[in-house]
Amino acid sequence: MEMQQNTPTNTPKKRRVLGPCSHVLVAYNTGSWRMVRPVADQEKCVRCGICAGYCPVAAITVDKKADLMEIDYTYCKGCGICANECPKEAIAMKPEGGEN
Amino acid sequence: MLTYTIQPKGLVSPGINTCQGCMIDVIFRNVLDILGEDTALVIPPGCAAQFSGCGPESAITVPGIQGNLENSAAIAAGIAAGFRFQGNDHTQVVAIAGDGGTVDIGLQSLSGAMERNDNILYICYDNQAYMNTGIQGSSSTPYAASTTTTPAGKPVGSKDLIRIVMAHNVPYAATASVSHLPDLRKKVKKAKEIKGCRVLHILSPCPTGWGYPSAKTVEIARKAVDSGAWVLLEYENGKVTLGRKPAALGDVAEYMSMQKRFAGIGEDAVATAAKNVTDRYAYLEKLAQIG
Ligand SMILES: Cc1ncc(C[n+]2csc(CCOP(=O)(O)OP(=O)(O)O)c2C)c(N)n1
Ligand code: SF4
Ligand code: SF4
Ligand code: SF4
Ligand SMILES: [Mg+2]
Repeated sequence: MEMQQNTPTNTPKKRRVLGPCSHVLVAYNTGSWRMVRPVADQEKCVRCGICAGYCPVAAITVDKKADLMEIDYTYCKGCGICANECPKEAIAMKPEGGEN
Repeated sequence: MLTYTIQPKGLVSPGINTCQGCMIDVIFRNVLDILGEDTALVIPPGCAAQFSGCGPESAITVPGIQGNLENSAAIAAGIAAGFRFQGNDHTQVVAIAGDGGTVDIGLQSLSGAMERNDNILYICYDNQAYMNTGIQGSSSTPYAASTTTTPAGKPVGSKDLIRIVMAHNVPYAATASVSHLPDLRKKVKKAKEIKGCRVLHILSPCPTGWGYPSAKTVEIARKAVDSGAWVLLEYENGKVTLGRKPAALGDVAEYMSMQKRFAGIGEDAVATAAKNVTDRYAYLEKLAQIG
């Protein structure tokens, strides 16, 4: 592939920014921002999937057939949108590092 | 070639440095879920710029280019022209820009693309200010909202983007909100099937700039729709169709009281904001009756 000229942005200390540029799919450690964590009450949850649709980082998996509602905390920012939107109030936001 | 260091969720990375409670991610994920991999994005500077990346890192699995605030629609139009020249009539060319990059700085290039009816989908996610550079007021900032450039509250109302778009006779335009995802998806699907310049204007509340707890983004967006502060509508072949009539049309007091950007405004200002909302809705209703 034809590359751009490697001149103006190529200073030794700075990272080179050349076209084609963005070619590495990354994720940042947004889970480390979390001050409170969403904890689901599996008894109250009716697997409607509303929380999953709104979650900005797509951390929630809901599968009605498999009777599953699961939160992956890897990237969860602890924003609380899922808890705020759950019609069954099945999600509680609990301080990170405290007891479940 | 894209190197995957992580597993994307849909066509979007799961870990993006948008603030806690920001739903620009949800807009991208839904739009790309519907448009699919055969899509090229143009994203100007702003909070969404991190999706296409500015160094080697990207947050989307489709090609994206970061242009300038002035020219998202022009870049998209150029890419679409290139595809047409290659005989490619399938790749969707999509610009996703903020309100500053749309209603202020990029308006002339959007206007040109709409005039020429270039084959692009233009999406404006509206957080009602220049958020990425520190909450400066834009022409999408609503009346009475405080920003760093309107510290005493914006003295005038916002430009009505969707009416500006309609004045260009585009084949399809619609407004949407992050609170109403099935509606948003339906509109993206419809836009996908139409050729020519299509425009979507999506409300995307900003916890950082509007001053509310991150958990409330959907609730605030829903309040905006229910009060008529944000009107859901479609414009297709010259015909305006309004969404369901707002449940509490003109009842903006509670919506405003939930946000620090409206803190300390007087009853007069709330009444003026309410009147702006009901007047605009009455006008849109008249438009919807035509044709
Ligand atoms: C012509 C020009 N003016 C100013 C800037 C600096 N700038 C970069 S991002 C940005 C904010 C853009 O606001 P908006 O389009 O509403 O997107 P948001 O940050 O709110 O997502 C500004 C002013 C620029 N890049 N180009
Ligand atoms: S919104 Fe509530 S009830 Fe619905 S799936 Fe999520 S946790 Fe369960
Ligand atoms: S707290 Fe926010 S990021 Fe975490 S699972 Fe809930 S909605 Fe998703
Ligand atoms: S400043 Fe606002 S729009 Fe920008 S990332 Fe943060 S919440 Fe989202
Ligand atoms: Mg903005």
